[in-house]
Amino acid sequence: MQAAKTYKLQFAALFVVLIVAFLVNLSMGSVSIPLKEIISVFTGNGASKETWQYILMDYRLPKAITAMLAGGGLAISGLLMQTLFRNPLAGPFVLGLSSGASLGVAILILGASAFGGFFGTILLSQWSLVIASALGSFLVLLAVLAVTFRIKDTMAILIIGLMFGSVTTAVVSVLSYFSNAEQLQQYIFWSFGSLGNQSWQGVLILILCFMVGLALSVFSSKSLNALLLGENYAKSMGLHIKRTTLIIILATSILAGSITAFVGPIAFIGLAVPHLVRQVFKTSNHLILLPAVLLCGSLLMLICDTVAQLPFSEFTLPINAITSLIGAPVVIWLLVRKRKLFF
Amino acid sequence: MALEEKHIILQTHNLSVGYSKKGSDSIIAEGIDFSIEKGELVGVVGANGIGKSTLLRTLTGMQNALKGSIFLNGKSLNEYSSFQLATQLSVVLTEAPASKNLSVLEMISLGRQPYTNWMDSLSEIDKKAINFALEATETTALTHRKCYELSDGQMQRVAIARALAQDTPLIILDEPTTHLDLYHRAYVLKLLKNLAKETGKTILFSTHEIDLAIQLTDKMLVMAKDGTYIDAPCKLIEDGRFEALFPKETIDFDSKTGRFTIRK
Repeated sequence: MQAAKTYKLQFAALFVVLIVAFLVNLSMGSVSIPLKEIISVFTGNGASKETWQYILMDYRLPKAITAMLAGGGLAISGLLMQTLFRNPLAGPFVLGLSSGASLGVAILILGASAFGGFFGTILLSQWSLVIASALGSFLVLLAVLAVTFRIKDTMAILIIGLMFGSVTTAVVSVLSYFSNAEQLQQYIFWSFGSLGNQSWQGVLILILCFMVGLALSVFSSKSLNALLLGENYAKSMGLHIKRTTLIIILATSILAGSITAFVGPIAFIGLAVPHLVRQVFKTSNHLILLPAVLLCGSLLMLICDTVAQLPFSEFTLPINAITSLIGAPVVIWLLVRKRKLFF
Repeated sequence: MALEEKHIILQTHNLSVGYSKKGSDSIIAEGIDFSIEKGELVGVVGANGIGKSTLLRTLTGMQNALKGSIFLNGKSLNEYSSFQLATQLSVVLTEAPASKNLSVLEMISLGRQPYTNWMDSLSEIDKKAINFALEATETTALTHRKCYELSDGQMQRVAIARALAQDTPLIILDEPTTHLDLYHRAYVLKLLKNLAKETGKTILFSTHEIDLAIQLTDKMLVMAKDGTYIDAPCKLIEDGRFEALFPKETIDFDSKTGRFTIRK
C-alpha cells in the first residue's frame, strides 16, 4: 500500500516526547529523584543516595517499562481488533477479551483453595497467572470469532462481547461467595490494575510475550491493509481469510492476555489510542500505523502512570481508573469534533 | 476446434448456480453454457432474483458451483489457488470498501497486493500500474482524497481503478451502474468499453441498464425464466430474447429502438 508520506518528523517528535515522559515518570513519585541522578544511574555511576538507586532500579524502572509495554501492547491489540472487525468501537475491552482474562485469573486465584496446599501455591506462580489470563482471553476471542462466522452484523458481535462481560461478572460473584477474604482481596487488587511491584523476571516474561505479539502483528500488516477493503475484496486479492483471522486473534490474545495478567484489566487505551493516532497519521497503512500506535500507547500509559502515583504524595491511584478518566473524554471529544469515528 | 485461434478467457459447461444447505441444493439458475473471448465486453442482464449476482459470485470463486464446470484461461476454476486466481481475475463489488478512511491512492494501490512483498511496498512496476489505473479512470485529481469525501460516481471510478491496478486479464463487475446518475451510468459503461478495446481485457458486468448495454456491449448474457442466452445484442433482439425478460402486461420491448416502454 502506498502512503502519501513517511511521517519521519512525527515519529521523531513522538520518540522525543516518549523519552521525556519516561524520564519524568522515573523522577516523579512519593520520593522525587532529580533528573541528574537518574542519568547518573543509567551511565553506571550510581546515585548519591543508596535508597534512590534502590527505588529506581528495583521499583520505578520495571514499572516504567511495564507501563510502556502495557500501553503499547493494548493499543496495538485495539488497532488489530478495529481492523479485523471493521468496527471503530472494537477493542480488547469492548469485545470481552479482558472479561475473559479476568475470569481466567478469578478461577485461578479464587479457585486455588479448592486445590489447596502445595498444588495451590504452584498454581499462583507468575507464569500460571499469565497462562490463565491468556487462556481466558483466547477462549472468549474464539467464541466471538465463532459468532462472527455465523453473524455478519458487527453490532451483534459487540453485544455478544458485552454479554460475555456479564457472564464473567456472574461467575466471579459465585466464585467469590465461596472464597475467603484474603483471596478476594488479591483478586480485587488485580482488577484495579497495577503497574508497580513487578519483578525483573516478570518484566522479562512480559517483554517475551510482547515481542511475539508484536512480531505476529507486523507480519500481518499486509493482510490488515487488505482487510480494510472488506472480506470479499481481500479474498479476491488472494488473502486466506481464515488463516489471517486466526493469526490476528492469536496476536491480540497473546498481547492483551499477558498484559492483563500482569497489570490487570486496563480500560480505554486499546480503544482510544488508534483513533488518536489517526488524527495525526493520516494513512491507513498498518506498517506505519502499528509503530505509531505502539509509541503513542506507551506514551499515554506513562502519562497515566505519572498521574496515578500522585507526585509528592504517598498515595497511588488505581491505574484502571486513571486510563478511563483520561480515555473516555478523549473518545467523547473525538466524536464531538469529527461527528464520526473512522477506522 | 475452429475457435482455437480466438483466445477464450472464460467458459462454462452446463453450469448450475445456487446455494446448498445441509445436503439439499436450491438451484437458482441452471444449464448455463457460454464462452467469452479476449477483449470482449459482456453484459449480464435479467430480472431481480433471476441469479445474476449468484452467477457472478460463482464465476469469481466466492461460492461453489452446484453442477457443471467453469474454465478460466483453459484451466478449471477449482484448480486455481486463491493467490493464482488473484492474478487472473479482479472484481468490482457492489459493497463500498469497509474503511472509508482509505485515501484514493491507498485503495488503488491495494490492488497491487498480489504482486507486492510482505511489507506491501511498491516497486516501479507497481507504481506504473497504479498511475495507468488513475489516468484510465480519470481519477488522478482525486489521488489524495479520502473515500468518505467521494460521490457515488467518483467512488465507482476508484473501485474500477483498483481492479485495473490488479492487472488481470478478466475483470468482473457486479452492477457497476447502480446508484449512479444517467451521465455516470453512460460514463462507466463507456469506460469499460474503451478498456476492453484498448487493453484487451475481458470485462463481464451485470446491469439493469439494458438499453445502454445493448448499445455498447459486444455480447450479452440474458438470464430469463426459460433459460440463459448469450449472443451479440442485435442477434438477441432478432431472436426476441428481451421480450421474455419481464411480464408482458407491464413492460414492452420495442425491437426497433432497443428500448423498453411501460404499457399504460
